[in-house]
Amino acid sequence: MKRKVFQLLVDNTSGVLSRISGLFSRRGYNIESITAGTTADPEFTRITIVASGDDEILAQIEKQVAKLEDVRDVKELRADSSVYRELALIKVKVDAAHRPGVIALADVFRANIIDVSAQGLIIELTGNQDKVDAFINLLEGYEILELARTGIAGLRRGTDDIVYLKQEEE
Amino acid sequence: MNGADLIIKCLEKEAVDVVFGYPGVAICPFYNSILESDIKTVLIRTEQNAAHAANGLARVTGKVGVCVVTSGPGATNAITGIATAFADSIPLICITGQVETSQLGSDVFQESDITGAAESFVKYSYLVKNAEDIPRIMKEAFYIANTGRKGPVLIDIPIDVQNQQVSKFRYPEEIKMRSYKPTVKGNMVQIHKVAKEVEKAKSPVICVGGGVFLSDAQEVVREFARKHQIPVVCTMMGIGVFPTEDPLFYGTVGNNGKPYANRALKEADLLIVVGARLADRAISNPDNLMKNKTLVHIDIDPCEIGKNAGAGIPLVGDAKHIFEDLCNEEITCEHNVWNETLNLYKENMPKKRTPNKEYVDPAEFIKKLSYAMEDDAVYVADVGQNQIWSCDYHIVKKGRYLTSGGMGTMGYSIPAAMGAKVGAPDKQVVAVCGDGAFQMSMMELATLKQHGIEVKIVVLRNNVLGMVKQYQHFTYKDNFSMIDLTGSPNLEKIAEAYEMPFIRLKNMDGVDAAIEQLLQTEGSVLMECLIDPADLV
Repeated sequence: MKRKVFQLLVDNTSGVLSRISGLFSRRGYNIESITAGTTADPEFTRITIVASGDDEILAQIEKQVAKLEDVRDVKELRADSSVYRELALIKVKVDAAHRPGVIALADVFRANIIDVSAQGLIIELTGNQDKVDAFINLLEGYEILELARTGIAGLRRGTDDIVYLKQEEE
Repeated sequence: MNGADLIIKCLEKEAVDVVFGYPGVAICPFYNSILESDIKTVLIRTEQNAAHAANGLARVTGKVGVCVVTSGPGATNAITGIATAFADSIPLICITGQVETSQLGSDVFQESDITGAAESFVKYSYLVKNAEDIPRIMKEAFYIANTGRKGPVLIDIPIDVQNQQVSKFRYPEEIKMRSYKPTVKGNMVQIHKVAKEVEKAKSPVICVGGGVFLSDAQEVVREFARKHQIPVVCTMMGIGVFPTEDPLFYGTVGNNGKPYANRALKEADLLIVVGARLADRAISNPDNLMKNKTLVHIDIDPCEIGKNAGAGIPLVGDAKHIFEDLCNEEITCEHNVWNETLNLYKENMPKKRTPNKEYVDPAEFIKKLSYAMEDDAVYVADVGQNQIWSCDYHIVKKGRYLTSGGMGTMGYSIPAAMGAKVGAPDKQVVAVCGDGAFQMSMMELATLKQHGIEVKIVVLRNNVLGMVKQYQHFTYKDNFSMIDLTGSPNLEKIAEAYEMPFIRLKNMDGVDAAIEQLLQTEGSVLMECLIDPADLV
């Protein structure tokens, strides 16, 4: 099983997300994470999908996704030429006495403390998935009360190979 | 023992004694294993009707109806039947064969993504990937289908999973589902509040829907209403909770209902709605209607409360439990004047009809048919003008009135009546449909004959699609389009082809004898009543 990250540029139509997730479930493809948000132009949405499978399946995924009417562009985001980021919010149970230890750990990872209460705090961490995983592993000694991860968003490095949709249509 | 054997064993554990279905390669292991079982099979003639038949059976028995079809077109054909059950919250299990697991998603012969396609019409669905999971999934499926707000559950089983060898069968005793826990008992604080409101009310009305049947609460709802002499109206799905001629009953509400039922709704200061959605055909402008009254909305599905009308007192739970609790409340109330007013409305607001003497008057015919039918008979109405006439003029004594209320699926009556008769063989079952709907399911005459199922079929024939014609009459000023059923067969010859007794009634002369003949002739009978194409509901 390999893992690939796909970047999709799609029309921001109602139901576009369900069309894409429906394709994955219908054809039995594995989806590890999916994130979506509008682009600078609100007519379009950028979706980042992490999928896994063997080479044939991954090739099929790319072609099947590209075939969907709403999809304008599909690119593979290769690890060596792209940046990925994931946001994680982690609520840790910690009393005042042990708070400094957690905060020091967060500092090492350049994470922010965004909420503090008597019994716990919320840490905001941005990074690639390995970094998030590593941080969560380091928190082993503490009780994680709640965890919210967004899945990754990604872009290719550099300024080559950018799809300008408006120009293309003119 | 293989996966298919496991499915059969689970059905036996759930006391299923009949399945309606249609085979194909992908479901052949199942139909091979069922030969070893006492479960009966009924071969319907198109898959949609398997779901309708299971629906009819479920509604008269209170059990879960089961239909079993093959992959691809078999499964997609069943969707309308599944959606029909979903709209009326009827508990069904629909088992579909599927192509081999390894070929899923590759568009091989007779593959369809049925769990995806049926998604919006099922309460839940499963795609079984391992035969070891079958007992748990079947147990859950029956539980989900027949608890909470009931509905269809689809189980898609690839052929290799049906053929997979398993070593043992153990049916789970209990259900462990973290995310599904329907509320059964009503909140006592709310129940006390309702009791207080009943005491205060000067003009209370109870409106009963199909949910009353689904929770088997007919008796306790009647007890409560009679104890406090509260007038009762119903939605189309609630017909039969009260006998039509009960002095406390004031008819069906809605745009096709009784004028005095709607007036009762309008003037009530307390409206207790139980097991009804308050959808557009029952109540056209809920916000306006609710202005002058307290609405108590009782439903097992919290989503229904506040969806179409904001409830003053929401009460989530099973109608039977809630009315048992309500019956135990000490309530003193007095609203004789209101009941007398409603009696006056009932006497003075009849629907006026001017029947054409050259044809059968459907209103009078349906009344006469009802009186001639056995007290506990099942009357299945189709969809169209026949449904509205049936709803208006059928007199329920102790029997049931079945129809496709939410979805309005034409062709429902014959297969649903077939399922009802299989579920309740001792009851007289009559299906009433128009000539449009009849031609959507007349292939099932073969099923009736093959399996010796006795259904009395009445076709109200006017050679047009009457409900659409009526709509075009009012909305498009008689610009009729697509309503002419010229080309329809001679039903006498159809009956002859299926070796079924046939009766034709041309007008009201000899109507009593014709009805007598319909009901007394043994076996299934096809009766045709000629209706004026200009007749309106």
